[in-house]
Amino acid sequence: MIGYYLDLARRSLRRNVALTVLMILAIAFGVGASMTTLTVMHVLGSDPLPGKSQHVYAVQLEPRQARGYTPGEQPPWQMTRFDSEALWKAKKADRQAFMTGGNAALEPQRAGLSPFFVEGRWTTADFFPMFRVPFLAGGPWSEQDDLSSARVAVIAKSLAEKLFGTVDAVGKTIRTEKHELRIVGVIDAWTPTPHFYDLSTGSYGVTELLYVPFSTSIELKLDRSGSMNCWGDHDGDSTALNAPCDWLQMWVELDSPAKADAYRDYLVAYSTEQRKAGRFQRPPNVRLRDVMEWLEYRKVVDQDAKLQMYVALGFLIVCLVNTVGLLLTKFLRRSSEIGVRRALGASKRSIFMQLLIEAGSIGVIGGLLGLGLAYLGLWAVRQMPADYAELARLDSEMLLTTFALAIASSLLAGLLPAWRACQITPAIQLKSH
Amino acid sequence: MLKMKDVTKVYRTAMVETHALRELSIEVREGEFVAVTGPSGSGKTTFLNIAGLLEEHTGGQYTLDGVDVKGLGDRDRSKLRNEKIGFVFQSFNLIPDLNLFDNVDVPLRYRGFARGDRKARIEKALERVGLASRMRHYPAELSGGQQQRVAIARAIAGDPKLLLADEPTGNLDSAMAREVMQLLEELNAQGTVVVIVTHDPEIAARTQRNIHIVDGVATDLDRGTSLVKTPATVKKIEEVRAS
Repeated sequence: MIGYYLDLARRSLRRNVALTVLMILAIAFGVGASMTTLTVMHVLGSDPLPGKSQHVYAVQLEPRQARGYTPGEQPPWQMTRFDSEALWKAKKADRQAFMTGGNAALEPQRAGLSPFFVEGRWTTADFFPMFRVPFLAGGPWSEQDDLSSARVAVIAKSLAEKLFGTVDAVGKTIRTEKHELRIVGVIDAWTPTPHFYDLSTGSYGVTELLYVPFSTSIELKLDRSGSMNCWGDHDGDSTALNAPCDWLQMWVELDSPAKADAYRDYLVAYSTEQRKAGRFQRPPNVRLRDVMEWLEYRKVVDQDAKLQMYVALGFLIVCLVNTVGLLLTKFLRRSSEIGVRRALGASKRSIFMQLLIEAGSIGVIGGLLGLGLAYLGLWAVRQMPADYAELARLDSEMLLTTFALAIASSLLAGLLPAWRACQITPAIQLKSH
Repeated sequence: MLKMKDVTKVYRTAMVETHALRELSIEVREGEFVAVTGPSGSGKTTFLNIAGLLEEHTGGQYTLDGVDVKGLGDRDRSKLRNEKIGFVFQSFNLIPDLNLFDNVDVPLRYRGFARGDRKARIEKALERVGLASRMRHYPAELSGGQQQRVAIARAIAGDPKLLLADEPTGNLDSAMAREVMQLLEELNAQGTVVVIVTHDPEIAARTQRNIHIVDGVATDLDRGTSLVKTPATVKKIEEVRAS
């Protein structure tokens, strides 16, 4: 019967083209606007470590001086070098890494290639397995390399191709600040979105091409990037071990909630100990937030984008209410046909299905048009001066969502009119025809 | 075939109770051609709607081809209606967007016949009413008489046992009316039970029996016997005879 109902839907939709076009446009505009904003939200708020984000935590401590202390306030969102190194050495988590953004001038040995700057990350070995960084060749450096400030590096595929014309660059060396670094690994294209582990260097579209052990970056005095907050005297060297400045991001991997609780206790104990030693002046104030909590806390999702999404969803509801009205008019105008069909053996359920399939057909056409409008809307978003703009594209998940939204919307809009229509008393219609 | 015993129909609103049928008892047997007559508002249409399972009766018993219809759900009533009953309406009630073939196809679709079977039945039914050559035409392209013949083809395509016709000649001129009546008589001769609701005494005269309904009570005029038992009904019958 589905084929029959589809054929009846086709005939019905062709019967009143203007009304049909109006309903399709209502669904299309509602879906188009909603999908544009939902896609932006999807990009902004997506899980950058799917399947693992609940086990990876950002660490926060409170190392600032007593002056200006307000009970209940949040600790700084970055860490001091002293605390980062102490927690890293303590190895209380399953994995731990601290890091900072940086940049380095590379001096290519390849003929015809001038020196150029690349963005990089100075970190520790666990960074790679903890964040599931995909390797094309070689692998991460070792913990021993961290301890010994080894002259090693991991580079991105695009940099390997630029410098050597191949991704098979393991064992080759790169030269920066007159020092040579041996390449131990080449990673595939990897752009976590959002750039969760260091939001101070940008939330979206950040591509780091060079990874160097943190200790090596200190020894070689490689430039760092990102924000820094100091609250005391640091004798001109804000990156020194004891400098009262927060500028590093610390992440740990804890495979179970129990381990997370134990690590939180450890951070409190560490803070208490540091306070006793006189380094910390405020009461212990620690936070351990998993990736999604961290993104929420740092308000990564733009408030304007959220507002736009609510407005678009509101617009979709208005479109749906209009479609309900139009469908109701359309179906009830066919009361006599419905009466005849009932007299000839159609059950209420058959009529309901027939009309719902007609509403669904409007949804499919509206969805296709809405998809086109969503592409147009996302193109407009990409013209905006926002750091996430370039990422505003429909992926397969959002493509499916578009159709699901269109069909669900039209079915929802069709429910009431179809139900009302199938309640029509055939006897009255047959007599009054 | 069709047996109603003490059937009542009451329409209730918040303020009013209207008794459309009062202990109506009618029996139509296999092979009969029956006319149901009566003044406007007497309950003829209510009887037809209940007989055709388009409305539920309030009280009494209604058996259609051996099936007690009281308490049947919408799905079962629709199935029974589709299988046992063919309808012919005064205003034809063809679906204007569908050509003749597709109009006749409607009840067969709900019956679930296979495509080939449907096609054969539609062609046979349209041939039966003399319109096989126009099966791709639309209702608006036909005269009133032709439209009613299509409606009859639609009613008989599924081989129902009972044909219910509500003023089938009401919108036709006398020549076309005769043509339609002749068709119904032929169908009856082939074994289909035909029940016609009509105002037209000429039409009623052509049937085998005439059941007269007044104020929701039935009298079998031809046999001169009441099919109902209450004293009020007996009085009514006498009034009708006197008139």
